[in-house]
Amino acid sequence: MLKFILLVNKQGQTRLAQYYEHPEHERVSIERDIIRKCLAREDSQCSFLEYKNFKLVYRRYASLYFIVGVDHTENELAILELIHNIVETYDKYFDKVCELDIMFNLDKAYMILEEMVMNGRIVEMNQNRILLPIRVMDQAAQ
Amino acid sequence: MSQLLEKLTMPAPAKLRDLIRQIRSVRTQAEERAVIEKECASIRGMFREEDNTYRCRNVAKLLYIHMLGYPAHFGQLECLKLIASPRFTDKRIGYLGAALLLDERQDVHLLVTNSLKNDLNHNTQFVVGLALGTLGNICSVEMSRDLAGEVEKLLKSSNAYIKKKAALCAVRIIRKVPELMEMFLPATKNLLNEKNHGVLLTAVCLITEMCDKSPDALAHFRKQNKMVPQLVRILKNLIMAGYSPEHDVSGVSDPFLQVRILRLLRLLGKNDSEASEAMNDILAQVATNTETTKNVGNSILYETVLTIMDIKSESGLRVLAVNILGRFLLNNDKNIRYVALNSLLKTVQTDLNAVQRHRSTIVDCLKDPDISIRKRAMELSFALVNSNNVRGMMKELIFFLEKADAIFKVDCTSNICIAADKYAPNKRWHIDTMLKVLSTSGSYVRDDVIAHMISLVSEASSLQAYTVQHLFRAIQEDTTQQPLVQVASWCVGEYGDLLMSGQVEEEEPLQVTEDEVLDTLEKIMNSSGSTAVTKSFTLTAIMKLSTRFTQTIPRIQALMDQFGSSVDMELQQRSVEFGKLFKSYDHMRSGLLERMPPLDAKVGSKGDGEGANTNGETTAVSPPTSPAVKQEEGNALLDLLGGGPSPAPVIPQMEKPAAPPAANNDLLGDLLGLDLTSPAPGPAPIVPGMSAPQPQMDMLGGLMDGVAAQPAGQMSANNLGIPSLTAYEKNGLKIEFSFQRDNSNANVAIITLTATNSTDTPMNEFVFQAAVPKTFQLQLQSPSGSVVPPSNMGVVTQVIKILNPQKAPIRMRIKLTYNYKGTDINDMGEVNSFPAALWQ
Repeated sequence: MLKFILLVNKQGQTRLAQYYEHPEHERVSIERDIIRKCLAREDSQCSFLEYKNFKLVYRRYASLYFIVGVDHTENELAILELIHNIVETYDKYFDKVCELDIMFNLDKAYMILEEMVMNGRIVEMNQNRILLPIRVMDQAAQ
Repeated sequence: MSQLLEKLTMPAPAKLRDLIRQIRSVRTQAEERAVIEKECASIRGMFREEDNTYRCRNVAKLLYIHMLGYPAHFGQLECLKLIASPRFTDKRIGYLGAALLLDERQDVHLLVTNSLKNDLNHNTQFVVGLALGTLGNICSVEMSRDLAGEVEKLLKSSNAYIKKKAALCAVRIIRKVPELMEMFLPATKNLLNEKNHGVLLTAVCLITEMCDKSPDALAHFRKQNKMVPQLVRILKNLIMAGYSPEHDVSGVSDPFLQVRILRLLRLLGKNDSEASEAMNDILAQVATNTETTKNVGNSILYETVLTIMDIKSESGLRVLAVNILGRFLLNNDKNIRYVALNSLLKTVQTDLNAVQRHRSTIVDCLKDPDISIRKRAMELSFALVNSNNVRGMMKELIFFLEKADAIFKVDCTSNICIAADKYAPNKRWHIDTMLKVLSTSGSYVRDDVIAHMISLVSEASSLQAYTVQHLFRAIQEDTTQQPLVQVASWCVGEYGDLLMSGQVEEEEPLQVTEDEVLDTLEKIMNSSGSTAVTKSFTLTAIMKLSTRFTQTIPRIQALMDQFGSSVDMELQQRSVEFGKLFKSYDHMRSGLLERMPPLDAKVGSKGDGEGANTNGETTAVSPPTSPAVKQEEGNALLDLLGGGPSPAPVIPQMEKPAAPPAANNDLLGDLLGLDLTSPAPGPAPIVPGMSAPQPQMDMLGGLMDGVAAQPAGQMSANNLGIPSLTAYEKNGLKIEFSFQRDNSNANVAIITLTATNSTDTPMNEFVFQAAVPKTFQLQLQSPSGSVVPPSNMGVVTQVIKILNPQKAPIRMRIKLTYNYKGTDINDMGEVNSFPAALWQ
């Protein structure tokens, strides 16, 4: 089960934060701690970290770090695949996504993520099916 | 009129983009806070005015602000209003806001229930989907109860989009309110027949959750013989179907579904041989057919390996799994190596031989640049050490120790100590290894390792000269590592004469004068880096040297007096007492400072009781007065000699060292202390060990009370031939009692219990407890260990003393607790048939 998904840029600013489990009261300080740890890692090091009672799986895409917190039952390699799928879906929707796209279309980004992961579990991985409701909504808004 | 004017002239609130741009342009944290506060104030104002047109925009901004970490709870009610609005875009933002800002802890969320109920019955699938999504993210116990019925209805709908969301919603509901699980059980039956992968994925997830939460559901799914074959069929289709553009990820079709199914199979097959058999083929197929060039394939293989390990698979499959892990280890990708090491750690408990084959690769991982990989490789290496490979492994591990980070060093040294103890091929190698450990990471060594080292040296009489020379050389160079200095100074004190004589085979003798030795020791005493404990050790050593050295006695005396006014209480006391020895008791000095008899090898075990813990065990001999007094003398001697903290715990074993001196048993059994067999012959070997100090003991007759009694006669054959008794035998655990009478006190019966384990799995955390009727008094000494090795390879012994003044028939109730194959087992029993000779 996923605990949270964070998108953080290289300076440590949070670009997207979705929690699937109530974080403890010091959400901000935990976030900062996690971000600091992940950013401090070198490229040659492993993508998995143990933090408190859960695991962190992270990967860097250009200037954004995708950090996913999972519990011990998850397959870490599969989570790396999930992260890659998220990036590809964003890519498809935003056409060559970059950090600014996510920043300025935060609500859309959240919605796409919601279509993919619900309550800490994966709902749908097929990119077309994920983007269908979003596109319908865009048409309706016009 | 004026109101209208106001509304027209008031600027429209900023769009989300503009706010973001604004925040990006500020440069300091304070400026950012100012911008956000201003925006929050304006938003709050607009909320108060109940302005519908821009509510959407405002809530979106509020979400952004919340994400940055600022408080945004005043927007919660607004989200509710948005949800209630008929416009889709409003609902969208409203639900998003609800999902992010609300959680179970707020009371406000209950208000959402009504809107959710309406939306769940909406015509548009997307609205239903929205509602389900939010429900799945935030619902609480009450909400679950209210809306479970709706969700269940939607689970049966024909729309795949809705079904999959409903399934995940059900997952959350079940977690919150386990009783509602039955409601969803019938619906799941048909879910697996779907073609849509999204539905399949969520359905598998739902079933997994059910099986996880309730063993009844698990049994239900297992019995439904369709389940396992169905899953197998789906998996087969996925692998064989060839390229399918819909679900393809780098050449593998829908890896996420594959992984999920494998995980469910794991749950179903655990501890169930029938289910496991059904999946054997498909697991083998997945394992061999999956491409390993990309991460995708590897993730599926990893899940497969985990599944194979958990279910009751046949051995061929297990070997296949371990081989896959071995291949992972050679992969360039560090993530995969990490994952492999992790799983190997789990499997090494059960499949030791299979993992041994990959030992060299694991040892290579010790040099990996990544710290988490190194840590796991170290743990795994320790698990793999056995008597065949101990030399090579130790070399690698010591090399690793030199470069390791501080956090590893403590664990590493203790583990090296335990491993060296268990598998040392000979004493010299053992001592060499310990010396290396002490000199490379001396400051991180635990205290029990120091004690162990000292007792080791004291036993290895042939190697004492060699050891003391090495140690002396080591402290000549470096006096900062406290444990090293402690051990070295103790040895120098004890064996200083050997240092002088310089006789060591194979090595050039160290030419050193008494003054040089004293110089080094004095340096240690005066160095500010030495701790109080180290100084105590050294002071004692200097004192002992006064009998070993011949020429420098005045210097030693002067050194002693120097510390007579030391600030440290301990040092002051010692130096004054030693000084007094010189003055008033000079005739006794040589006797008091005699060399110590060999101490017991005591391994510091970290809960791994297999390291022979010979603590106070096998006291088959009733303590007749003389050994008891000898022990007191021993205590007194050691006290006078100021034995530091470490020799102290060893004192109780002076009474009856279970590892008898070299005379009788071979050094190996001696060292491992595994010679825990019949306690009866034990007493006899004490005699040669004890006999040496005896003449001095007589000299001290004036100080102690009656020592006269000869131990030899008494100690032999105290076992008056009382037959032993099997007290308990069940599930492979057998407990035998053997008996003796205490010679000094006819009312005391001594029972030695021996526990053996005939199964093939060790029994950990073995604890024996006993209770006797009120007329008796029971004394239970500490056991030799807490792990009963399998296949009768070794034993755990413990001594029980029963005081029976009324000479009544002895009865005893026993209770055993141990951990076998992961489960804790308690058992009780009664022993009534004690032989009459024991208590009459």
